[in-house]
Amino acid sequence: MSLAAEAPARAIPWWLKRHETLLAIILVIALAGLGAANERFLTVDNLLNQGRLMTEIGLIALPMTFVIITGGIDLSVGAVVGLCAIMLGYSWKNFGFPLPVAIVFALAVGGVAGFVNGLVITRIKVPPLIMTIATLALYRGLAEGISQAHSVRGYPEWFYVLGQGDLFGVPTQLIVLMILMLVAGVALDRTTFGRTLYAIGANETAARFSALSVDRVKLVVYTLSGLASGLAAIVLVSRVTTTRMDMGMGYELDVIAAVVLGGTSIFGGSGTIWGTAIGLAMIQLLKNGLALTGVKGDATIVVIGVALILSVLIASSLQRRRD
Amino acid sequence: MSAAAIAGAARAQSGGLRRFASQEALLALAVIGLAVVVGFINPRFLATRNLSDLLLGNAYIAIAAIGMSMVIISGNIDISVGALIGVLATISGSLAVAGAPILVSWLVPLVLGVAVMAAQGAVVAYLRIPAIVVTLGMLSILKGGLISVTGGKWITDLPQNFHLADLSFLNVPMPVVIMVLATALAAVWMRYSASGRAIYATGGNAEAARLCGVNPQRTVVMVFALHGFFAGIATLVYATQLRVIQSTTPPGLELTVITASVVGGVSILGGVGTVVGSTLAAILIAEITSALVFINVSPYWTDALRGGLILATVIADILRRQRRAARGWSK
Repeated sequence: MSLAAEAPARAIPWWLKRHETLLAIILVIALAGLGAANERFLTVDNLLNQGRLMTEIGLIALPMTFVIITGGIDLSVGAVVGLCAIMLGYSWKNFGFPLPVAIVFALAVGGVAGFVNGLVITRIKVPPLIMTIATLALYRGLAEGISQAHSVRGYPEWFYVLGQGDLFGVPTQLIVLMILMLVAGVALDRTTFGRTLYAIGANETAARFSALSVDRVKLVVYTLSGLASGLAAIVLVSRVTTTRMDMGMGYELDVIAAVVLGGTSIFGGSGTIWGTAIGLAMIQLLKNGLALTGVKGDATIVVIGVALILSVLIASSLQRRRD
Repeated sequence: MSAAAIAGAARAQSGGLRRFASQEALLALAVIGLAVVVGFINPRFLATRNLSDLLLGNAYIAIAAIGMSMVIISGNIDISVGALIGVLATISGSLAVAGAPILVSWLVPLVLGVAVMAAQGAVVAYLRIPAIVVTLGMLSILKGGLISVTGGKWITDLPQNFHLADLSFLNVPMPVVIMVLATALAAVWMRYSASGRAIYATGGNAEAARLCGVNPQRTVVMVFALHGFFAGIATLVYATQLRVIQSTTPPGLELTVITASVVGGVSILGGVGTVVGSTLAAILIAEITSALVFINVSPYWTDALRGGLILATVIADILRRQRRAARGWSK
């Protein structure tokens, strides 16, 4: 269990470690800078609250890291959040499902939505980009059609524990995110499933010839993406107390930006959950820091857009220099 | 090796040409068939007023889809076009209200459209960043930038002569004239000119295109610049129709434009498709949206239908390609 014995087993390229170290340093500097600029920023209350706000994006960013490592992408996640939120409210109110059943149902809808993406991508070989653009329109359209723009509110009090409650002083959903992050991180680092993702992203043909079950793994990854979006929808509804059809709109930008900022290559084959965690924290702090200095919410999406392009630019130019 | 590549490209092209014709004929049939069926259910659908409103109100989507088709044929994608049209419309309207010469307020969107898209094309082509990342970033920059600069303020009191779309030529409204002209010119250019063919070559097989003397990078920049030009024209048609320009980005516009291209037979794998198809598809989609109202279906189902339509076309396209590839091998 010594460090020396562990290092070769992990087999992470050296620069990847450095990328995350670099990010962590930038994160600490940003924290200090924002803290110095605004005294309300570096308080436990504010940081925990930011953790609460970033959970929905964070939950989706975990499987998105998997998806992007395999060389794919999932643009439909925001629409799946909208669809699941609507299915939660609709099945509870209109089908008369008890809320726990409605929650499971909404999660299942998310899983099915992701499964359909994965099925068409692996069986019919539709490129993930265009498949998920199509289902982005389809799933959002279903949310609009089914809800007919009606919102649902008036959930029972216990349901709000997930989105507004605390456990040992920490927001409930943040604990859920931490646990899932740990699971995802270990799965990616230490399991055959995780290593298969890198193999697919690095060279899919080689992975097939190495008898890896490429299609099945991809199917699982897209299904996980749908499930996580469903979970994010439930957390979101519980946090904001209502269900609306436009929920999760534009989430794909934040999620992809967090993953790419965290050092996962958009071309596939490399990336880590820990990097995504740092990327996620950076995006949330950026938003919060800008908001505290008086920048409006709309301007922050400009900054996230710039950050997305720049991080891919820098990563790919570093990559080229190494080659 | 290059001879084989050229032969392969020629074979793909002749096989493809037959398919273009069928895709376009199919779309034209669908446009007419749908009109007949919906007209049968509700004759008011066929009123001249409704049909002309339908064409007038959606000509800009067909025009934007011309550029989008070129981008997709070259093997790329652009999801920033909706936000760009919103930004350009706001700039154009603001200029007109501020008292700039009308010609300036018409030309600025064209120039800016070309500039923004060419810049994105250069990043895609020379820095090798996937188009989806560049245009997703640009989408949020434009969208967020627009709202934070204007605060979503409405632009009113547009000068009378700003409304280019109100003019008509030989009794045909200007938007329709521009749509038909742009489609015809783009179709002929793409079919017969060397640079038009270069778009297909780049999208079909960039390496083979390079060996045949096409510069794929320059082609991609050109395609994006043209896409920006058509987005500028689309903006003109769109903005000059409005009495009030809301300085926000039209929601979901990029998806509508992409749908028109894809349903029009442009293959998302690159290298195949025509702008005649995408224009017909834009008309068909507009017709479907309007028909829903006339057969008493809630307009909230429009997006789902649009999504289903893209999905069905894409799957059909890929299955067809696979069948053809399988036939090719068995020979």
